[in-house]
Amino acid sequence: MTTPRTSPLAVRMHDISKSFGPVRANRNASLEVAVGEIHALVGENGAGKSTLMRILGGLLNADSGIMDVNGRDVTGWSTPDAIAAGVGVVHQHFMLVPTLTVAENLVLGKEPTRGGQFDNRRAIADVKRLGEETGLVIDGTRLISDLSVGEAQRVEILKTLYRGAKILVLDEPTAVLSPPEVKDLAQVLRRVRDGGGTVIIITHRLDEVMDLSENITVMRAGETVARFRTRDTNPAEIAQAMVGRHVRLTTREFAIVTETTPSLQRSAESHTAAADALIVRDLVVASSRKPHEVDTVSFTIHPGEIFGIAGVEGNGQTELIEAIAGLRHATTGYVGIGNRDVTAASPRERADLGLSHIPEDRQRRGLILDYSIADNLILGMQHRFTRRGALDAHAITEYARAQIAAFDIRPPDPLLPARALSGGNQQKVVVAREMGGGRDYSVLLASQPTRGVDVGAIEFIHSQLIAAREAGKAILLVSAELNEVLSLSDRVAVMTGGRFVVVMPAADATEELLGEYMTGARAAA
Amino acid sequence: MKPERREKIEEALFAPLVAILIAFVAGDILMLSFNQSPFVVWRLLLEGSWGNAYGFGQVLYKATTLSFTGMAVAFAYRAGLFNIGGEGQLAAGGLAAALVGFALPVGFPAILAILLGCLGAAAAGGVVGAVPGYLRVRFGAHEVITTIMLNFVVLALLNWFIATKLRVPETLHTPEIHAGAIPRLSAILPAFHGSAANLSVIAVIITAVAMWYYMFRTRGGYELRAVGLQPDAAEYGGISVRRVLFSAMTISGVIAGLGGINFVLGYKYYYEDGFAGGTGFLGIAVALVGRNNPFGILIAALFFATLSQGGLALNAFVPKQMVDVLQGVVIIAIAASVPEVQRILLGARKRLVDKPLSESAAAPTQPPAAAV
Repeated sequence: MTTPRTSPLAVRMHDISKSFGPVRANRNASLEVAVGEIHALVGENGAGKSTLMRILGGLLNADSGIMDVNGRDVTGWSTPDAIAAGVGVVHQHFMLVPTLTVAENLVLGKEPTRGGQFDNRRAIADVKRLGEETGLVIDGTRLISDLSVGEAQRVEILKTLYRGAKILVLDEPTAVLSPPEVKDLAQVLRRVRDGGGTVIIITHRLDEVMDLSENITVMRAGETVARFRTRDTNPAEIAQAMVGRHVRLTTREFAIVTETTPSLQRSAESHTAAADALIVRDLVVASSRKPHEVDTVSFTIHPGEIFGIAGVEGNGQTELIEAIAGLRHATTGYVGIGNRDVTAASPRERADLGLSHIPEDRQRRGLILDYSIADNLILGMQHRFTRRGALDAHAITEYARAQIAAFDIRPPDPLLPARALSGGNQQKVVVAREMGGGRDYSVLLASQPTRGVDVGAIEFIHSQLIAAREAGKAILLVSAELNEVLSLSDRVAVMTGGRFVVVMPAADATEELLGEYMTGARAAA
Repeated sequence: MKPERREKIEEALFAPLVAILIAFVAGDILMLSFNQSPFVVWRLLLEGSWGNAYGFGQVLYKATTLSFTGMAVAFAYRAGLFNIGGEGQLAAGGLAAALVGFALPVGFPAILAILLGCLGAAAAGGVVGAVPGYLRVRFGAHEVITTIMLNFVVLALLNWFIATKLRVPETLHTPEIHAGAIPRLSAILPAFHGSAANLSVIAVIITAVAMWYYMFRTRGGYELRAVGLQPDAAEYGGISVRRVLFSAMTISGVIAGLGGINFVLGYKYYYEDGFAGGTGFLGIAVALVGRNNPFGILIAALFFATLSQGGLALNAFVPKQMVDVLQGVVIIAIAASVPEVQRILLGARKRLVDKPLSESAAAPTQPPAAAV
């Protein structure tokens, strides 16, 4: 774990341990970050990365271990101490007030005043000045609620810098960004580094790690298991350190390919014989923002086909999926499962007709976090585990045990609340419920099925999707990961502004081509 | 007992016990400020309540109504609803029980009459509960507002009805019922002689068991709690959120309405205007202290009933309002201790981020000030 030091250390965490009840989130974890570097902290979900960073940011105190910042022992400090010392944590979930402007949010807690009154003009000027210094240009007068996710994140970073952060910690900053926004963020972080700042970035995406960082620390099960110098390593080596075993990666460096890959590239024509399993015609769906969030979309999916939808998030994908799932009212149009019209059917009726749904937000929709794994595994099927009104606890536990084993959900305790699981294992619970043995389905809606999930679980979920396709299921896949859509789908659509701008066989598509459609550089054919 | 289970129970007991402890200390300070020995006053309070059969009977009687109104609040709360209409629902239930008692002829079979009286009380409470339930699912009207307002409407209507239609002259109560009286506890255990305690106690225990079973062992309870915890996930799981909200509010009213039998069928044998006397509202505190668990509520109701009954014995020493102050302290302490005070007392310095287990996904999905 020692590498030659070229510059003094900004952060040194040594032998850090932290337990939450029986769960040991950090075990003798150690981290060394030099001043002026971008350091990647990688690891599977539940590996203890966020905990370690919360300790660094003063949000948590370690049970044992020592911590230096810029050579000063700061073990056990608090959040205000950390901020005063220039350690700024940018959270994955933004802490911004949506009804205030960018400038007002930026200066919140440190407001410039003139004659006792809030000096809005100076706040706006501060945003501008800071934007020029860092390259994070944003209009200070805009409301947070009007910003895109990428812009909101920019404000969050600016806010941290405004408070004088010299050591910037970012917890999965790219999870919510579109590809162009990721590129912008990388630029920003490089500028911060070039200006003498230190950046620690938590991420799952090995391509970003390779692209951005100078050094990498890998965590697994609470321990720091490896440290690499980025230019001396490769994604396969990092992935292996993360999961503790060999993982196959494509040349794209993070899309996981399974043994069935060659059959992926089948053309759409081979399915024409089969009847359509999911039919969507002229669907219009409104959102609270606009009446045509989904604007006259039509498509069909055959049994044994994966139909992928690519596109920057917020272009109607969520509303489309919700309308098909029965969670959102369709203004006009038609949704059919097989030959049944389900346009006005309830979610329960759709499920009984063979619709499964992996929702994009597992913590809001997909799981009841305070329910046990077992209770979550029957959500949507609870009527099938009921005898004369009473839940059959024995059958539920038995079923849960079988699913936990089949989907390798860890820890394998059916009575543990879903809240206590890592993101990857939470997603496995959802996948096990929607695709597992107890489910008789013909159509699967898979929305961001691998979001925020670690490498090992991505590999597993991809193989499940392919196996379901081989078993004749019709699958609608929506993902922000272009290469996930490309490597799994038979046909691909690009969704922009609520419409499909192009639908093509995946075999004919490339990331570049889809990217051009997504950004509007190439218009509908 | 499995360790996890024990931990769960300890966790559930922690906040109420700390709250009661705080009330105890606050009580000591109050008593000292009146130049009374806390030891003497506490002893008096206990002697007046649990110290003799009469006092204990009164405690049981008071705890019975409180348990009903507490369970009513908890039932709605488990579905994510805040039913503040217990007062009106309780009163309506009481009047309905009395009306059934008049309607039945003298000599009607007792058990049947009691059951019909209970049914009437439940139905009336259910109707009063169903109105805000309907307004919520049909128009999105918030149940906190509608239940509070409905209390005034219902209580005023009942007052008008009693004053104009059915009262014994010079009083604000109805004539006595012909049938459906619930036997006093003293009929079985003579030691309780003179106390209002009656066999409504059995109804309360049956209701608690039924509520627990429904909540934690049936599909209906599974769906109801799912709606209360995460309505979006419940909807996704094929649960009709509106149907659950409506029925939870209605059943909550049913439980509060049932509370009316204790006074009307078990104690006075008539309906009296204003008999609820705040019991419906105190049910909110009982539910809070009982952590929305029916058995916890039974214990919490006993606690509040003890304070109330014991308080009568203190009159000579300290103002009886002191008991109200103590109740207030308990409520505030409970409210503050769920779960923040726990963490402070358990030594955790930071309460901002406490969900350690899942890394990236652990933060709440709807942070209070989300940007997007």
